[in-house]
Amino acid sequence: MTRDDRFFGLLVEFADPTRLEHACEKVRDAGFEHWDAHTPFPVHGMDAAMGIKGTRLPWIVLVGGLTGMAAALLMIWWMNAVDYPYIISGKPLFGWPAAVPVTFELTVLFSAFATFFGMWGLNGMPRLSHPLFSNERFKRATTDRFFIVVEKTDPQFEIAKTRAFLESLGGLAVEEIHDRAED
Amino acid sequence: MSHRPVPKLTDTSIEMGPLSARISRPALAVGVVALLAALGLGWAQGDDLRHFSFSWLVNFAYFLSISLGALVFIPIQYITRASWSVVIRRLPEAMAMALPFMALLTLPVLLNLGQVYEWASEHPHHLTPELAMHKAPFLNEAFFVGRWIAYFAIWTWLAMFFWRTSRQQDESKDPRLTIRMENRSGPAILLFALTCSFAGMDLLMTLDPVWFSTIFGVYYFAGGFVTFYAALTLATMGLQRTGRMRKIVSMDHFHDYGKLMFAFTFFWGYIAFSQYMLYWYGNIPEETAWYLVRQSSSWGAIGLVLCIGALLLPWAGLVSRWAKRRRSTLIGWAIWIMIMQWFNIYWVAMPVFSPEGVSLHLLDLLCLLGVGGLWVGVVAHLLGATSLVPVGDPRLEESLKFENA
Repeated sequence: MTRDDRFFGLLVEFADPTRLEHACEKVRDAGFEHWDAHTPFPVHGMDAAMGIKGTRLPWIVLVGGLTGMAAALLMIWWMNAVDYPYIISGKPLFGWPAAVPVTFELTVLFSAFATFFGMWGLNGMPRLSHPLFSNERFKRATTDRFFIVVEKTDPQFEIAKTRAFLESLGGLAVEEIHDRAED
Repeated sequence: MSHRPVPKLTDTSIEMGPLSARISRPALAVGVVALLAALGLGWAQGDDLRHFSFSWLVNFAYFLSISLGALVFIPIQYITRASWSVVIRRLPEAMAMALPFMALLTLPVLLNLGQVYEWASEHPHHLTPELAMHKAPFLNEAFFVGRWIAYFAIWTWLAMFFWRTSRQQDESKDPRLTIRMENRSGPAILLFALTCSFAGMDLLMTLDPVWFSTIFGVYYFAGGFVTFYAALTLATMGLQRTGRMRKIVSMDHFHDYGKLMFAFTFFWGYIAFSQYMLYWYGNIPEETAWYLVRQSSSWGAIGLVLCIGALLLPWAGLVSRWAKRRRSTLIGWAIWIMIMQWFNIYWVAMPVFSPEGVSLHLLDLLCLLGVGGLWVGVVAHLLGATSLVPVGDPRLEESLKFENA
C-alpha cells in the first residue's frame, strides 16, 4: 500500500485549535491508533479529544524511586556496618535516622532520572530528525498552525481511504509526508 | 476550548439558607453542653482542673491550627493570583473568621496557667532556679497573656480584612479590591508566619519549660495546614451532598485538594523528622528528654502510629492521580488525616500531664465536642450570612472552567 519506503504518513492542517479539537475527536472515533496532533501551545482538553490513555510513566518512576531507596539503604548499611565499622559518638553502626536523608535524596534523584529518561524512552528520543521536518507547512506548527498526522503504520491506514477521510475533516490542506532526511 | 461545558452559578445553590441554622444551632448547643460537662467532670477530678485544662488545650490547639491554616491559605491564593481556588475561597474565609471567636476559648487555659505550664507554677520541679530566672523575661504570665492578646488581635485583623473586602466585592464586583488584597497579602503572610510560629511554641512547646526546638513553630503550622485541607475537603463535599456548590466545584478542584493534602502530609513528616533527627544526632540530654518520654511506654506506640498513620499511609494512599480524583478516597483520607493530626497534638501535649503513659479520658472527648461544636457552629453561622461563592471576584469565571491537566 505504501508508495515508497520513505513515505511516513498523511498530514492535515488547521487554522485554529477549536477545529483541530473537533477533527481529533473524529480521528479518535474512527479508531486510528498511530497518529498525533501538533500545536504551537498546550490546548486544554486535547487528551480527551484524542482519547489518549494514561501513561505508563508513573510505574517507571515508582521502580526508579524504589531502586534509589534500596540502593541508598544498602550502600549506607554496607559502608557503615560491614565494610568500615566505626563507632561514632556512641551511635549504632547502622542507625536509621542517620540513613533517612541520604535515602530520601537518592529516592528523589532516581525518581527524577526515571521520569526524565523514561519520558525520553516512551517518546522515542533521542532522535536527530523526524520525517515531519521535511514538510514546508509543518514549519508553522511552532507558531500559528495546528496539525494532525496519521502514520502509515496504523493498522487502518489505506492511502486513498485515509486521504479522503482526512479531507472530510475540513482542514486547510492534506499532504503526504516523505522522509527526505537523507537527501 | 474546554471539553466539558463551563458550569454556571445558576446551575446550583450557592446559599446556605436555613441549613446554616440547622447546623450551627445544634453544634453550638453540643459545644456549650460538652464544655459544661467537661468543666463538671474536670472539677470532680479534684486536681484544680489540671486534667480538664490539658484536654482543653489539646483540642483548642487542634481547631486553632485548622483556622490558622485557613487564614494563611487566603493570602497565598491572592499573592499567587490563583484562579482555581476562587470558587471555594469563601469556606476558608469563614474558617479563618472563627479566630476572633476562638479568642474566648483561650480562657480555660489562660485562667489556669499555673496548672498547665510548669514555668507558671508555684513549684517548678524541672526548672532549676537559675534556669527559671534566665527564662523569666519571656516565660512569665503577664507577657504570655499579652502575647496571646497580640496574636488574636493580629489574626482578627487579618481575617476580618479578607472576609470584609471579599464580601464587599460580592456587591461591588470591583476588581480593584482584588488588587488591594493582593498588595496586602505579602505582609499578611509575614505577620502570619511570625504569630503562628510563636503561638505554636507558646501553646505547646513551653509545656516543657526546659525543652526547645527552633523548628517547632513550623511543625505546628505544618500539622495545622494539612488538617485544614482535610477539613476543607470534607466541608466542600458535605455541602455538595446537600445540593450546594454542585458542578461549580468539579473533580478538577478536588484533584487540587488531593495534591495539597498529599504535599502537606509529606511536609509535616519532613519537618517532624528534621526535628527528630537533629536531636537524635546531637544526643544532648536536655534535648532528647522530650523524645525520651514520647518514645517510652504507650506514648512510644502512639509515636509509631504517627510515623506510619500520619505520614506513610496517607502519603502512599494519595500519591496516585487516581486516588486524588475519586470522592471516596479523598473523603477517606481526609477523615484519616484529621484523626491522625489530632493524635499528633495529643502526643505533643499530653505526655506533660501523664508522662507514665497514654491516658485517654472522657474529658478528651468532651473537650473535643466542646471546642469542635463551638468551632463548627461559628463557621456554619458565618456562612449563613453570605454567598458560598465570592460572586464578585474577577477570577471566578476562570475558576469555574478550571481544568487539572
